[in-house]
Amino acid sequence: MSETRTTTAPPPVPEADHFARSLADTVFRAREIAVGGALVLLILGTWLSNHAFLDDQGVKDLLLNSSILVLLAVGQSVVVLTRNIDLSVGSVVGLTAFACGDFVRDSGHGPVVVSLLGIAIGACCGLVSGLLVSFGRVPALVVTLGMLYVIQGLDYWWAHGEQVNAADIPDDVLGLGTGSVLGVPYLPLISAVVLAGTAYYLRAYRGGRELYAIGSSPQAARLAGIPIRRRVLGAYLFSGAVAGFAGALWLARFGTVVADAANGWELTVVSAVVVGGVAITGGTGSVWGAALGALLLTTIGSALVVLKVDSFWQQAITGVLLLAAIATDRVLQLRTTRALRKRSRQ
Amino acid sequence: MNEQPVLAVRGLGKSFGAVRALSDVSLRLYAGEAHALAGENGAGKSTLIKTLTGVHRPDTGEVLLDGVAVDFHGPADARDAGIAVIYQEPTLFPDLSVAENICMGRRPLRSLRRVDRSAEYAATAALMRRLGVALDPDRPARGLSIADQQLVEIAKALSSDARVLIMDEPTAALTGSETARLFGVVEALRAEGAAVLFVSHRLEEIFRLCARVTTLRDGRWIATDRTADLDEDALVRRMVGRDLDELYPKQPTEPGAVALSVRRLTREGVFRDISFDVRRGEIVALAGLVGAGRSEVVQAVFGVDRADAGEVRVGGRPLRPGSPAAAMAAGVALVPEDRRQRGLVMEMSIERNIGLTGLGRLGRYGLVRRALEHGRAADWAARLRLKYGRLSDPAEVLSGGNQQKVVLAKWLATEPSVLIVDEPTRGIDVGTKAEVHRLLSALAADGLAVLMVSSDLPEVLGTADRVLVMHEGRLAAEIPRADATEESVMTAATGRTGREAA
Repeated sequence: MSETRTTTAPPPVPEADHFARSLADTVFRAREIAVGGALVLLILGTWLSNHAFLDDQGVKDLLLNSSILVLLAVGQSVVVLTRNIDLSVGSVVGLTAFACGDFVRDSGHGPVVVSLLGIAIGACCGLVSGLLVSFGRVPALVVTLGMLYVIQGLDYWWAHGEQVNAADIPDDVLGLGTGSVLGVPYLPLISAVVLAGTAYYLRAYRGGRELYAIGSSPQAARLAGIPIRRRVLGAYLFSGAVAGFAGALWLARFGTVVADAANGWELTVVSAVVVGGVAITGGTGSVWGAALGALLLTTIGSALVVLKVDSFWQQAITGVLLLAAIATDRVLQLRTTRALRKRSRQ
Repeated sequence: MNEQPVLAVRGLGKSFGAVRALSDVSLRLYAGEAHALAGENGAGKSTLIKTLTGVHRPDTGEVLLDGVAVDFHGPADARDAGIAVIYQEPTLFPDLSVAENICMGRRPLRSLRRVDRSAEYAATAALMRRLGVALDPDRPARGLSIADQQLVEIAKALSSDARVLIMDEPTAALTGSETARLFGVVEALRAEGAAVLFVSHRLEEIFRLCARVTTLRDGRWIATDRTADLDEDALVRRMVGRDLDELYPKQPTEPGAVALSVRRLTREGVFRDISFDVRRGEIVALAGLVGAGRSEVVQAVFGVDRADAGEVRVGGRPLRPGSPAAAMAAGVALVPEDRRQRGLVMEMSIERNIGLTGLGRLGRYGLVRRALEHGRAADWAARLRLKYGRLSDPAEVLSGGNQQKVVLAKWLATEPSVLIVDEPTRGIDVGTKAEVHRLLSALAADGLAVLMVSSDLPEVLGTADRVLVMHEGRLAAEIPRADATEESVMTAATGRTGREAA
């Protein structure tokens, strides 16, 4: 299409596409900026109407409430980047929270063992989903929906209508949920470490970039010799392990766990990821955005409570945000494509 | 030639289900030599290439690298062995930057196995300088023109120091000057000692670029000749296995009443003030350079795109603008340019693809009767001499030429009075091409009005009764068959400067 490029001696490589580059950068960061901005506005507005929202306890609550969702969003983004989805995370959290509770109730192990157990159970769930999706070539939506019910069933069968009570949980495990270092609670710190580590891996490592590549064009990825199945399996393992870890943290935070803990969270997680700018069709977005999305959704919930708005509005608002996010994705994609195309014609 | 070939295949065979795609094919590629692979669509060229690059694994025979048998388990193995491929349709990651696309799979690493971004950038910038292209390594691949995407693919091949460069119809979507630049790069690579395997339907390109040519027909090896010992006719004979009676059979016809009449059709910024008539029994070609607005005009006529002003009449009745359904009801059919994206539903079966345009006629009350659908498809498949396994096979298993026949069947089955075809023979082998031309000519002789958009000048001159030439969104000339020559058409297409030929 660019028959205007007929000159035989094109200019040396210089600034030709500089505009295109900065434009693309802005667009790709636009989401993080927009979500971050919305978050700041929301917090400011709520604080103005009720200063208690941002006192010591308020901030701590915000961080605590969001850290598990942030963790799950990080795991989910890695899967969504490859153009797949993991709907089983909610029930994985429920299962591991209950299993971990059942385990420490009898054995009295410490937080490290509990976390490792949670991670192991989650990774097993991720392994099954991952194998079915990558090697079995079954669509991710169906596989993980099935896994959601299977794991939930397993959980109910195990729980037998009972629940794990906080009183049975050793104090050092509960300490993981309530303790803090230098005034910052452990949970958000843990989420931040996982978030930063994942972000760095996605940015700086070959495996991370290949996840983007797979989501961007599976066919091209195959021809480029990228080990697609191994990478997708890896993404599911990671998502499962993170969800399992989140289950252990859930136990530590709440102490009392019923079988349907975190029931329905998978959809909130996916919403957070999409609102945070990870394209549901894969290939673009960052875990930072996903984390911001999770933070925003949690904050909306907390703010509504403080503003004494009925909590059912939360779901409606989440829905609107989701639609707005997808709509802007589409518009932005069309506009960047056009702008880049125009640019490459010159 | 006692020299050791860099890459060779011996006795290669490959079947997909019951279809034998390749049987007993041999090929030898030498360093510093460009080798062409010729054959009609469906002759097995793509399968051969995919076997060489590890996408398919051969059933029989072996692939030899430097005389040693190798077993490629996937594209990565072939790439690591120094084989680079440029596919007909570039396969880039739209969301990744140019540099990431080029370095994907074998990226420079720094400590702790982290990706070295600055080295990646520098390497890509150096490649772009070497290719003489102004592409920012940091820009995303999304939105690059086909030609630029092709260049990124070449840069990819360069970056891996490929010893064997395989190109599957790289020029199908390129303009003349872009092709020339591509050839310059390939020539330089060859001179540096790379072995090149080149697939093209453009015979003149084969003769221009390659020292030798291997011909395949129906999955079998036919001949390997030096291009110096061959002329185009001889090569076509090898490909087709018979003499082409005539590539452009033209039946004389008497133009009848005006079937399609376009008046002052305008779409802001795209085309302006387009008026013409197409009579029954007439083939009218719409010629011009790529980007002159030809496809846009026919899409507006058919109602896929809206026109801002102007009128289209079919058989004297005004056509409701912006409605393909109304156009179809009025007896207009449009065979689109891009058969993969627009012409066919690739995963759907042949019969269902053909049935799509007439679902209302294949049954009643919204029910589709499978028997009627099958009958209609079988009927048209026979009339167009479609080569297929079963009508229930998905359209994607057919070769390009046969896919095009399915698109034609799909639209001819609507029994149109006006047939619009957009680049009807792009990427189609010579044999099928002649069949398509014969078909169009026969249809016109039966009283159909045909409007054909084509970038293929010999095709325009060979088939059309009249040539309309567009230049930058306007009709630049109307040339009757008798006066139409390459020169007269190109002069009008280039805006009367006649300096540059597409």
